[in-house]
Amino acid sequence: MADINLNDLLRSYRSHPFEERELVTPHTGIISFQIKEGQEVRGPGGKWLHKPGTLLYILERERNVKKITAPCGGEIIKIRHELEGGFVEAGVRVLSIRHKLTKEEIVDRILKEVLIIFRAPENARYFLATDIASKLEKQPRAALVVKPGDEIIIMSLMKRDTIITYDGIGGVIYKTYFEPGSLVEQGAPLLGVCPPEKLPYVQKVIHRINTEWED
Amino acid sequence: MKDSSKLLSQLAERIAYLIDVKGGLAWKDLGALLDDVQSLRRDIYELDEASIFAEIDKIRDRVSSLEREAAESLSPAEIVNIVRSSQRFTLSDILENVYDSFTELGGDGECNVDPAVVVARATISRRMKNKTYSHQVMVIGHEKGRGEEYRNGGCARPWGNAKALRYMKVAETEGIPIHFFIFTPGSFPIEDYPGAAQQIARNIYAMARLKTPMVSFISEGGSGGAEAIGLSDIRLMGSRGYYSVISPEGAAAIEGKIREGEKLPKELVEHCAAQLKLTAQDNLRLGTIDRIVEEPPLGARRDDYVFFRRLRYELIRATDEVVLKTKSFRAFRAYALNIRNAEKEGVPEDFDLVINWDLTEPEIERLLELRSKKYREMAKGFYGEEATSSILGLGKAKDLASQSYYEIRYGLLRSHQRNVMKVIEEVSSEGSVLLNKVTRPVRAAYEFVFPRPERASKGGRGGMQEHVSIFAEEWEAYVSPLANEDRTVSCPNASKYGCLDLWVPDLYGEFCGVCPTCGHHFPLEYRWYLEHLFDKGSVEEFNTNIVSINPLGFEGFQSRLEKDIKRTGRRSSMITFDAKIQNIKLVVAMLFGDFRNGTVGAAEGEKFVRACDRARITRRPFLSYIHTTGGIRIHEGTLGVIQMPKCTMAVREYIDSGGLYIVVYDNNSYAGPVASFLGCSPYQFAIRSTRIGFAGPRVIRETTGEDVPPDYHSAKNALKRGHIQGIWDRREFRKNLYEALMTMGGPNLYYK
Repeated sequence: MADINLNDLLRSYRSHPFEERELVTPHTGIISFQIKEGQEVRGPGGKWLHKPGTLLYILERERNVKKITAPCGGEIIKIRHELEGGFVEAGVRVLSIRHKLTKEEIVDRILKEVLIIFRAPENARYFLATDIASKLEKQPRAALVVKPGDEIIIMSLMKRDTIITYDGIGGVIYKTYFEPGSLVEQGAPLLGVCPPEKLPYVQKVIHRINTEWED
Repeated sequence: MKDSSKLLSQLAERIAYLIDVKGGLAWKDLGALLDDVQSLRRDIYELDEASIFAEIDKIRDRVSSLEREAAESLSPAEIVNIVRSSQRFTLSDILENVYDSFTELGGDGECNVDPAVVVARATISRRMKNKTYSHQVMVIGHEKGRGEEYRNGGCARPWGNAKALRYMKVAETEGIPIHFFIFTPGSFPIEDYPGAAQQIARNIYAMARLKTPMVSFISEGGSGGAEAIGLSDIRLMGSRGYYSVISPEGAAAIEGKIREGEKLPKELVEHCAAQLKLTAQDNLRLGTIDRIVEEPPLGARRDDYVFFRRLRYELIRATDEVVLKTKSFRAFRAYALNIRNAEKEGVPEDFDLVINWDLTEPEIERLLELRSKKYREMAKGFYGEEATSSILGLGKAKDLASQSYYEIRYGLLRSHQRNVMKVIEEVSSEGSVLLNKVTRPVRAAYEFVFPRPERASKGGRGGMQEHVSIFAEEWEAYVSPLANEDRTVSCPNASKYGCLDLWVPDLYGEFCGVCPTCGHHFPLEYRWYLEHLFDKGSVEEFNTNIVSINPLGFEGFQSRLEKDIKRTGRRSSMITFDAKIQNIKLVVAMLFGDFRNGTVGAAEGEKFVRACDRARITRRPFLSYIHTTGGIRIHEGTLGVIQMPKCTMAVREYIDSGGLYIVVYDNNSYAGPVASFLGCSPYQFAIRSTRIGFAGPRVIRETTGEDVPPDYHSAKNALKRGHIQGIWDRREFRKNLYEALMTMGGPNLYYK
C-alpha cells in the first residue's frame, strides 16, 4: 500500500473537487455538436442507468446517425468547434466534461486508495464467517481486526461451503462490499481492510467529508 | 342523543357514497350538505333534541331525493365509481351473508398465499317445504376490502391464480360445483414465476375442460385478471358492476396518447367509459354474460341483505340450471327449466325442487360439450364475413366432406394400419425364422396396400442433401424491402460487444436481420417469414372472408381501421394459412404487427378458432407464429376479452385430440393472447431479441409503483422464469421447427 498523507489528499479534493473527463469519439463520422460550452448536462439516470444522459453530439457515417450522450453529469468545457461538420476518426478528443465529484464518489476514491481490497475468488454466494457475523450483530460498529490466516468469509458454491482465510496485510475490516447471501462475481470486491495505523486518519477524513462537504 | 348521532353518521355515509358515485363534491353542492351534517355532529350537545331531529329529517329528505336523481341516469363512468366505492360489497360479505358456513383455504387474511385471492370451502342451503338442504361448493374469488392495504385492491398475483387453479382441481376431484366471484380491476402485472400471463393461461386452459359445474359472478371484471377465474358455465353479473377490456383511465391514456405522469382529462375518461360498453346491460346485449343480478338502484353495499338473499337464490338457480342441462331425461329437464323461466322479479322463499349437484360420467361429457358450444358461439356476428348463403352452404358441405375424408383416411384406416403393424411387429420380434418366413409375404402385401410415407433422412426430407443451408436457394427469391437502402446501422449492443456497423443490404439480406457479432435480431416484416420459413409456394391462405369491423361503434375507430386496411391490404391482424415445412403439411395462425399492432378482436379470434379446427380435422400440426401482438383490441370491449376463453377452448380440444400446438413469439408479444391461447401451449419458443410478457413497463410502473429493469421482458428472462421452452435463432427457425414437428406432438398427427 502506498504511503498516503490523508490530509494532503483531502486538501487536494477540496481545492479541486472536480474530475475532468475527456470524451473521445467511439467511431468515425461527420460530427455535429448539440451542446454549448458552459452548459450543464446530466448523465445516465434511472435505477438501472437505462435512461440516457443529455445528447452531446451526433456522428453520421454512411447515413447511419449515432447519437452520443453524456456518460456523466457536469459542465461542458473545451468543445473542439473546429471539428463541427467535418469528418472525425475514432478516438479523437472532442470535448470535456467537468464533473463535480459527489460526497460518495470522494469517499469511495479515498477508500480505494487507502484500503486493502479483498476480492471474490469465484462466482459464488458469500457470507461473513460466523464469529465475525455474530460480533457484528452484537456491536455493529465494532472494529473487527483481521490478520493473515484468519477465517473471514464463507464461500457457498454448489451446496458446499468453503471457508476462506485472509492472506493480506492485517487490519480492521472497514467496509463490506457485499450483502450476505448474495451472488458476487469473480473479482468483485468483498471487503476493504484498513491497516490499523491508517484507521484514525481514515475515520477522521471520512467524518469530515460527511459533515462538511456539500454536494 | 345517541340515536341522532347514529342517524347523522348514516347520513354522512350516504352522502360520502353519493360523492363517490358522482366523482366529487361539486354535484348538487354535496360538499355543503356534508358540511351541514358534520357541523350538526359537532354541535350535537349544544342543540336541543327536537331541532336536531328536524334538521336530520330535512337533510334525509334532501339526500333521498338526490339519491333518486343520481340513480335515474347513471353514466358508465359513474357505474365504475360505484364499483370502486369502499362501501361496495366484497367477497367477504358474500361469504358471510350468502353462504351458511365457510372455511378459507390457502390462508386467511394477511397470512395468505395471496390475500387478493380468497378460496373457501363453503355450504349453501335452500329451503323446500320447511326443510333445509345444504350443498357443498368451492368458492373462489377476489377480495379487495377487509384489510385492503395488503390485498392489492383485488389484483391477483400469479401465485394467487395458481392457488385458485389448485382448488379448482380439488373441486373437480370432489365433484362439487365452483362459484367464482370476480372483483378485480386486473391482474397484478409481474413476471415472477409462475408469471402473470402464463398462470392466467394455465387457469383458462384447465377451466375449459374442468369436469364440474361452474358459475361466476362479476362485480368488477378487469380483462385478464377476470378471465383467470371467469370461464364458467353460467356467467352472472351485478346490475351495477362493470366488465371491461381495460379501465376507462387506461383506455383514455391510449386513446388520448397521454404521456406518463400527465393528468387524464375527466371528460376523456368518461367518454372512454361510455365507448367501452362495460355495463351489465351492454354485456348482456353482447352475449358475454348470461344473466344480470339486480342490485339496488345505486348499487349494493355491505349491508344490503335483500341483495344477498337474491344473490344466494340466483347462485343456486344458476347451478341448478347448469346441472339440469346435463340431464339426459329431457322431459324433467325441460319442466324444471320452465319453472325457473316462469319466475318473475321476486325472490321466492322456498324452492320447488331439490336438485342433486352430483354429475355422472355421461352428464359430465354433456356439460363439457355445452361449455364448448357456449364459448364457440360467443362474439359470433361481431365480425364481418363476406360470403353469400350459397358459398356458406358450399363451405359447410366441403368441411363435412373433408371431415369425413380425414376421419376415414387418418382415423379408421390409420388405426387399422397401426393395429396390423403392431401384430406384425410382435410376431416378427419373436425372431423365429419360420414365422418370419410366414410374415414376410404378408408384410410385403401390406406395404403394397399402405405404402410407407417417405421419411426424412437425417439432414432433410424428400431427397434434400445433408448440411445444405435451408436458405441458400431461397435468398434470391424474396428480399426484404428494408434491404433496399444504401446506409449502415449500428447494433444496439455495439457498446457492450463491440459490434461493427452493418450495411443495410447485408443486414436485411444475407444476414437475415441478425447482427453477426452478437446475434441481436433486428425486426423483419412478416412477409419475410411467409417466404423463408415455409416450402416455396406452399402457403395457401384461408379464412380471408372474415374481416375486422367496429362492432361497438367506437368513435373514431372506423376511420383508423380503414386506414390500416388500405395501408396493409389486409382486413384483420391474423393470417391463417396451410403451409408445408420440408413436405410436412401444417396449419398456421399468424398475428402480425402492421395491422392494429397485432391486437386480437372478434375476427382474429374466429379465424384462430377455425384454423385450430382445421388442424384438428385434418390432423395436422398447428403453429401459432406471433410476429407481434399488442394484446386484446380495446375498441371491441369485452368481445375482445372473451376471445381469450374462446380460443383457449379450441386449442384445448385440438391438443386433447392428439395434435401438436407450437407457439413461436417474435418482436413484442404482450397481454391477453399471451395470457390465454398462446401461454397455454406446452411448446412455446421465442425468436432471439423478443420481448414477452403480460403488461408493458408503463402499466407495471403505474400499477405497482415500481420501475422494472430494461430487460425485464426479454426472451432470455422469460426462459429463465420457465415461461418459454427455448430461444431460437431466426436463421434456424425452419430447421428447429422441422425438428420440433418430427419429435413432439401426440399420436394423432397424420405423419406420425
